[in-house]
Amino acid sequence: MKDAAFFDLCERLCQELRGEEVLFCNLAGEDSDFVRLNGNRIRQAGGISAWGLSLDLMAAQRQVQANCDLSGDRDADLARARSLLQRLRERLPHVPEDPYLNYSTTATESFRIQGSGNGLGEGLMSRGKGLGGEDKSGTGELLGVRTESRVQDDPGVRKASRVQDESGPRRGSVGGAAPSGDWDSAGVIAELTQAAAGLDLVGIWASGELSAGLASSLGHRHWHASRSFNLDFSCYLAGDKAVKANLSGQAWDPQALAARLAGVRRELEILARPARVIPPGRYRAWLAPAAVAELLELLAWGGFGLKDHRTAQTPLLRLARGERPFDPRISLHEEHGRGLVPGFTAEGFVKPQSVTLIAAGRYQDCLVDSRSAREYGQVVNAAGEAPESLALEPGELPVTEMARQLDTGLAIGNLWYLNYADRNDCRITGMTRFATFWVENGEPVAPVEAMRFDDSLYHLWGDRLEGLTRERELIVSPETYEGRSSASALLPGMLVSGIDLTL
Amino acid sequence: MEYLHAIANCFRATAPVADYWSLRLVSEETEHLAVRQGVTEPSALGSSLGAMLTLVQGGGIGYGATSDLSPAGLAAAWARAARWAERHARLGLFGADRYPRSSLRADYASPVVEPWESLSLVDKLDLLHDACAALEIDPRIVDSSAWLGRRLVRQLLVTSDGGEIRHLSDQVSSGLMAVANAGSQTQTRTGGGADWGGQGGLERLAQVGFRADAQRVAEEALALLAAPECPAGTRDLLLMPSQMILQIHESIGHPLELDRILGDERNYAGTSFVTLDMFGTYRYGSELLNVTFDPRVPGELASAAADDEGTPAERQYLIRDGILERPLGGRLSQARAGLPGVANARASAWDRPPIDRMANLNLEPGSDRLPDLIARVERGVLMDTNRSWSIDDSRNKFQFGCELGRLIEDGELKGLVRNPGYRGISARFWRSLAGVGDPQSLEVRGVYTCGKGEPNQSIQVGHASPPALFRAVEVFGGGE
Repeated sequence: MKDAAFFDLCERLCQELRGEEVLFCNLAGEDSDFVRLNGNRIRQAGGISAWGLSLDLMAAQRQVQANCDLSGDRDADLARARSLLQRLRERLPHVPEDPYLNYSTTATESFRIQGSGNGLGEGLMSRGKGLGGEDKSGTGELLGVRTESRVQDDPGVRKASRVQDESGPRRGSVGGAAPSGDWDSAGVIAELTQAAAGLDLVGIWASGELSAGLASSLGHRHWHASRSFNLDFSCYLAGDKAVKANLSGQAWDPQALAARLAGVRRELEILARPARVIPPGRYRAWLAPAAVAELLELLAWGGFGLKDHRTAQTPLLRLARGERPFDPRISLHEEHGRGLVPGFTAEGFVKPQSVTLIAAGRYQDCLVDSRSAREYGQVVNAAGEAPESLALEPGELPVTEMARQLDTGLAIGNLWYLNYADRNDCRITGMTRFATFWVENGEPVAPVEAMRFDDSLYHLWGDRLEGLTRERELIVSPETYEGRSSASALLPGMLVSGIDLTL
Repeated sequence: MEYLHAIANCFRATAPVADYWSLRLVSEETEHLAVRQGVTEPSALGSSLGAMLTLVQGGGIGYGATSDLSPAGLAAAWARAARWAERHARLGLFGADRYPRSSLRADYASPVVEPWESLSLVDKLDLLHDACAALEIDPRIVDSSAWLGRRLVRQLLVTSDGGEIRHLSDQVSSGLMAVANAGSQTQTRTGGGADWGGQGGLERLAQVGFRADAQRVAEEALALLAAPECPAGTRDLLLMPSQMILQIHESIGHPLELDRILGDERNYAGTSFVTLDMFGTYRYGSELLNVTFDPRVPGELASAAADDEGTPAERQYLIRDGILERPLGGRLSQARAGLPGVANARASAWDRPPIDRMANLNLEPGSDRLPDLIARVERGVLMDTNRSWSIDDSRNKFQFGCELGRLIEDGELKGLVRNPGYRGISARFWRSLAGVGDPQSLEVRGVYTCGKGEPNQSIQVGHASPPALFRAVEVFGGGE
């Protein structure tokens, strides 16, 4: 569904409002190809077209919400939306007044299209050896070293956002086919399976259009659309020994794929060495950005929302109360301005460019959605109270120095299945997964069997933090539970003097 | 359902010729009501309608899903599926001849005594306000919630072989939560059906003690604030059904999923320590361990007449007397693996293709009453209600946490302990099973959000279990 069709639907719906009724309409849609791969062959392939309409009807300080799927047919969708509106109208008198009802009364507009294939989408890449060639030795790659891609939205471009890759000049050095925003999924799959010949590749190709829109009876008009892909895969050696990789963006670059697969093949050679079995204990460790991302993904579950803080449920309660600080090098922001997720909330508020959550190891601001803002008298600064665009500030350690700085210990490429062992002390447990190596004298010498850790962030990001890398990696979420996710995180790697392994 | 039939009939009349196709039409209606800290949350209605078309053609398999159920919309989905079938024919992991065909005709409807509509919206909100108020018994209760939900799914699966399977699944869910805080210690207790999902109508509220549970939930949250930390060390462990369902789910259910064993999930959900050669001989647990796939338990979350490939659903033993017998694999996975399985190819919604899921996975009861299990423990911990779960990608090294613990000493229950947790290895843990509760202690529960698959799918699965006793497990409490 295009923006004009959505706005037309909402205008026709709003014409049917009565009295003091206020209506907010939100759209979330996708037209996606999904191809599962196993053994470098297609396991399951297909495509979906889905658009969901949400209606929020308000009057007399009351509100009721509903959603339905849309078909794309103008008349059928209007009939469906009318029916939903009528159901809401019938329910509204039966719900009590809502003291936390809160919506924007200032009509705002925005329009953003990314990756439209019109030349403005320069291509956003993540986890990119294809972008970063500074680590010539390959050692850094084994340690999960990636390079930073920064996505910038040019506010001067209304009809299409400019996506810029700061390390862009490096990409062109490979030569060959140019990145293309006009890829064909079936062609990419053929290209991928050919390029990965001989590898036991398993994963998912997800690509296509994502749309989000907002229109209200008060005049709000917002549209955010993108065309992107996310190739999330791993290559297995045997058993659970594998190398994880990802390629995502808005312009398909065959050379980036080739570079990524070459890196995977190099790591598989190290993985082929006899695995090192280490006993539980405390180990010096390097955590690659992908591993840091897992820590933050868990922390996003209740860590930063105002409601969670005011009801003492945040795992960062001791940090927020000043009882337990993090290291001063820990500064964390929610960067709404990165532009991958919509810049507006369902209630019509425009998000600020950035919210500082942790500044120099001290808790600063919470994410505040519309209900919490009303309840606690604060300003709305997020669509929901879980972050979607986190950025951890970089440190001083060059990635090329990481192996030497680690000297002897664990190089952890990925963590997996994290959960709280004790929220009160921000104690987290989880597993190492994919390529984790034992490093001696700055050289990776053997893969390590999957190990469980159980440790507190007050240690890992506190008294045991030795440093953060100067370079950061942009990690775009491959999640597709509620449609293809556009969440991302911009993260450095980190060196800790010890992480507690328990099993 | 008539509306779905009309769409299916229209499609059948105009469908192009193909080797085989199935059309799964799904209509889903949801409603969620909640009261938090005495304030009614915005009520939410959901209405979803769409179709998944699976096409076997030219030696390949492809799918197309759409919310446009007009002839033109379904034709577009067909064209999309055909394009992917063509690509699959050249690059597929297996031949299209393995894809299961179905001509099954079957009906299923949830048992409902008191329909959701029999209570007005106002009465439901009054009930929620009453329950939420009952949680707020002390200023240290810093958050309180009561909620009710309804999910009504109508599904019609038709196939080119004449198959026609109608499913109507009706579910009412409920829950209570109290959060207590003192200083920097926060404790949460849930109840009122929060982890007790099932099919049925409003009669379920009495079965799960929705309103009556409020006082216990609040009192236990407060009591946990002052309780000592769960001790660390090796002790016997008595798991109540509210934790057993998670233990079964993570360390039996997922490792036995055949698509994991075949490698499909290795990039996301993971692989399995179980291998194809283990079936029929491997000792998974002690002789007390009997696990069934049982889609016919009345009211259990995933009860059904057939799966989404059109395979009739039947009760099967997966583990009998501790020996591994068969995996959780639908007919497609069975054909790939050359093993018998079960009818568990399920999709989470109309826009996802079916994959191997747990459906109803149950621990069969033993002969011990709960007091007898307690009496057999000299030094142990009872743990109740899951709150934390983590397990490795081979489903072996796990660590779980519970909301509430209680010491057991010399065969008697003692005081509460807070932040209880335990860890172990699946392959050894079930062999330490030393006691299983009797049929009277069996509870039919479930998990609402089991996630796996690429693209991701979150689905409901049923688990029934009595309490169970394990010997010599590593337990621990909270703190840095």
